[in-house]
Amino acid sequence: MTLGSVDLAIIAVYFLYVLGIGYYLKRFSKSGEDFFLAGREMTAWIAGLSFLAANLGSLELMGWAGAAYQYGILAAHWYWVGAIPAMLFLGIVMMPFYYISKTHSVPGYLQLRYGESSRALGAISFGLMTVLMSGINMYAMAKVMGVVLGWDMHFSIWVSSITVAIYVALGGLRSAIFNEVLQFVLIWLGALLIPILGLIEAGGWNGMVNKIQARLHADYTHLWSTMGSFTDNPMGIHWTGIVLGLGWVISFGYWTTDFLVVQRVLAAKDLRSAKLAPIIGSAFKMAVPFIVILPGLLGLALLPADLHITSADIAANTGGHSYDEVLPLMMVRYFGPGLLGLGITALIAGFMSGMAGNVSAFATVWTYDIYRAFMRKNASDDHYVSMGRWCTILGVLVSIGTAYLVMQFKSIMDYVQALFSFFIAPLFGTILLGMLWKRGTRQGGFWGLLAGTLSSIGFFIWVKEVPSALSYIALSTHAKPMAENMYRALWSWCICVVVTVVVSLLTKPKPEAELTGLVYGLTPVPSEGHLPLYKRSIFWAVAVALVFVVLQWIFW
Amino acid sequence: MSEQKHSLSIWLFIGSLLLVYGLLILGSGIYVLSHPPEHPLVLAKLNAPIWWGGLLIVLGVTYILIFRPRREK
Repeated sequence: MTLGSVDLAIIAVYFLYVLGIGYYLKRFSKSGEDFFLAGREMTAWIAGLSFLAANLGSLELMGWAGAAYQYGILAAHWYWVGAIPAMLFLGIVMMPFYYISKTHSVPGYLQLRYGESSRALGAISFGLMTVLMSGINMYAMAKVMGVVLGWDMHFSIWVSSITVAIYVALGGLRSAIFNEVLQFVLIWLGALLIPILGLIEAGGWNGMVNKIQARLHADYTHLWSTMGSFTDNPMGIHWTGIVLGLGWVISFGYWTTDFLVVQRVLAAKDLRSAKLAPIIGSAFKMAVPFIVILPGLLGLALLPADLHITSADIAANTGGHSYDEVLPLMMVRYFGPGLLGLGITALIAGFMSGMAGNVSAFATVWTYDIYRAFMRKNASDDHYVSMGRWCTILGVLVSIGTAYLVMQFKSIMDYVQALFSFFIAPLFGTILLGMLWKRGTRQGGFWGLLAGTLSSIGFFIWVKEVPSALSYIALSTHAKPMAENMYRALWSWCICVVVTVVVSLLTKPKPEAELTGLVYGLTPVPSEGHLPLYKRSIFWAVAVALVFVVLQWIFW
Repeated sequence: MSEQKHSLSIWLFIGSLLLVYGLLILGSGIYVLSHPPEHPLVLAKLNAPIWWGGLLIVLGVTYILIFRPRREK
């Protein structure tokens, strides 16, 4: 694939815009509240769209289109049952505690609820996970750009990363959020034509299903009906793994405790906006499969077999294409000059929004939860803003280092989903108990979080060393890595919860007065009762939930 | 939907970018229509760049008109 001058102009204009927005917003990011929380002035729409855009890394777009090619519509579970209930739960149940406690970060909430040791553990594991994820995303993006466009990998990594570093360091979270909204719009407008044209070519949904059936003689287009057994579906997973591992632990852990996304909602201008933002995000999240999963399915139906699309390691040896290249291959199929530039810009925008989310969250957690908490407690606000700017650049440099590390040790790519089960799954247990159970103690929180994290890493090493252990962890020897991650997350969450409860019952609880604003039942949450029905967050949450149920029914 | 009293709305930035993109894509679509390539793309007959570029222009102009800065009375 080669880009013409119009395509290059479109990409260049995009870079000028994101840098220009960062430069323009620098003047509004003077205080710590401005830089790290965008002044807490975002509307529900802006916070909601950036909440979702920060989640759309390059792996999200190309990786899940590739996953749909590999696993069929089962990949949509990561957008529906693996996202929507958790996002609604965040908006309706958890957001009031985050927002009313006035915390600036998720580790900050851990400190208020459980004390410094839990905060330190949460902050360090989050920082580690963030730079690793950021580097892995960067590598994935550069690799696809190299294969599809022939771009030099080093060029892709450095140019896009430094651009992110500049605009986030200049305008802080406000700049990250503004650019994420712009990137969100570009992702949609750049990718939306693929399913539209694909459906026209395939003869509609039924035409596509018939073509897939004729090619593969297997069911790739049903969400739940093939999940009664591990061997009946391309993913090798049972519905319990999807519902409990993905739908409960991984999804609720990611969407309600990963500071990368929660930070966007903390920037909302008031509690009602903070509650509405995840609900708005969830409505758009439900639609994302249209531009990510459907192109993967259409690729399965329409892309010629001689492209030899297969896993990355086999593709590298045989000269074929990897699953991650399905989305760019679909672009090449339909997009000529101009549209191709827009499509590639959408991919770059996806990468940059994900990376900006990572580095802005990393800068906040480092500055507030590690540097201010343990290194320099009483510096001026200006000093912390300056530290945040430098940390943004440092975060990008460490991410670049991680990308080069991945380049050397490519198997790290396989561990992306495992990272979530290491850090996010137990954290969800700790935060959930902290918010809903006033008896949870400082010691219970810390030891539960530590036990959950260590047990998850332990399970991972166990299966690596003794492959037969898979039948204990994932309940089946047929389980694919994706299924193993789901079950490992579930076990580590259970261990975290059990240890937290047992240790809490054996130790002295905090006085209730110290838990006001942090725990359910001790926190007065402002009522929305005076608002008309259509302005209440619960009304929109129910509407989204209904659409979610209908989608499961349609694609059952 | 300005995010701060003194800052321009993000939707204004988005509108202007969509307008620029729309013009570029529509222009290239018209060029391809008048100079068809030797090996046309799949579904080239639908002239997607022309109507997609047009759509971006309409969206861009709409956003610019709605979110342009106005003098406070």
